[in-house]
Amino acid sequence: MTDTRNAEIISGFRPQMLKFARLQLQDDSGAEDAVQEAIEAALGGIDRFAGRSALKTWIFTILRHKIIDALRERGRTVQVSSLERDESELDEAFDALFKENAHWSPQSRPKPWGDPEEALQQRQFWHVFETCLEILPARTARVFMMREFLGFETDEICTTLALTTSNCNVILHRARAGLRQCLNQGWFAGEAQPC
Amino acid sequence: MLSCKHTTHLLSEALDRPLSRRERFALRFHLLFCRGCRAFQGQMDFLRKASRSFIHWRDAGDQ
Repeated sequence: MTDTRNAEIISGFRPQMLKFARLQLQDDSGAEDAVQEAIEAALGGIDRFAGRSALKTWIFTILRHKIIDALRERGRTVQVSSLERDESELDEAFDALFKENAHWSPQSRPKPWGDPEEALQQRQFWHVFETCLEILPARTARVFMMREFLGFETDEICTTLALTTSNCNVILHRARAGLRQCLNQGWFAGEAQPC
Repeated sequence: MLSCKHTTHLLSEALDRPLSRRERFALRFHLLFCRGCRAFQGQMDFLRKASRSFIHWRDAGDQ
């Protein structure tokens, strides 16, 4: 009886799991597979889980590993070509924040984000965060998510995606600068800026 | 002295690898005098924190 209930709870997580997997794999059928495998693996060891939130953390951990496996497998076949245009647009937007001498131009110098911790408590913030991730160029977003969501070391990302270390660093910087800029405009811009 | 643009690269890399002593020194010196880069640094730390909270937010999201 408990099993049925747990199975129901798990299938309730399905939409969120799919969204999470799609965001990272950028591929619907790959995401479906990862979620399906994670659910099956979770059902296998379900007896040990009492609380709903423990169950959820656990199943997302399994899903994370499935996504990592899928990304590793795919490493060699990653296509880099058509994305380069988007990436250079993002770089140009970043370069535009600086003067000729590579120091901040006065109107775009970063200002502290009031109380960012508070943002983490707000559902609306996370929608903005997700949108900002979605509009990053695909490869940029993938490298960022491998590093920050899945906890890959940079070396491993480079190897998996056949990138040089400096290439990896450039991509991570591009992702962070792009997210910063997007959150700045999409969420923090309305805040009063302390001097 | 580091440029601000170069500083943003070091601030990002500091999240992925230990900086050399020389890099740390140059970075600290630049940050001492540059409010913009200090703000950028805080925002990089925030991005990491937000990314790590992403799944936990999903925990709360459906309750």
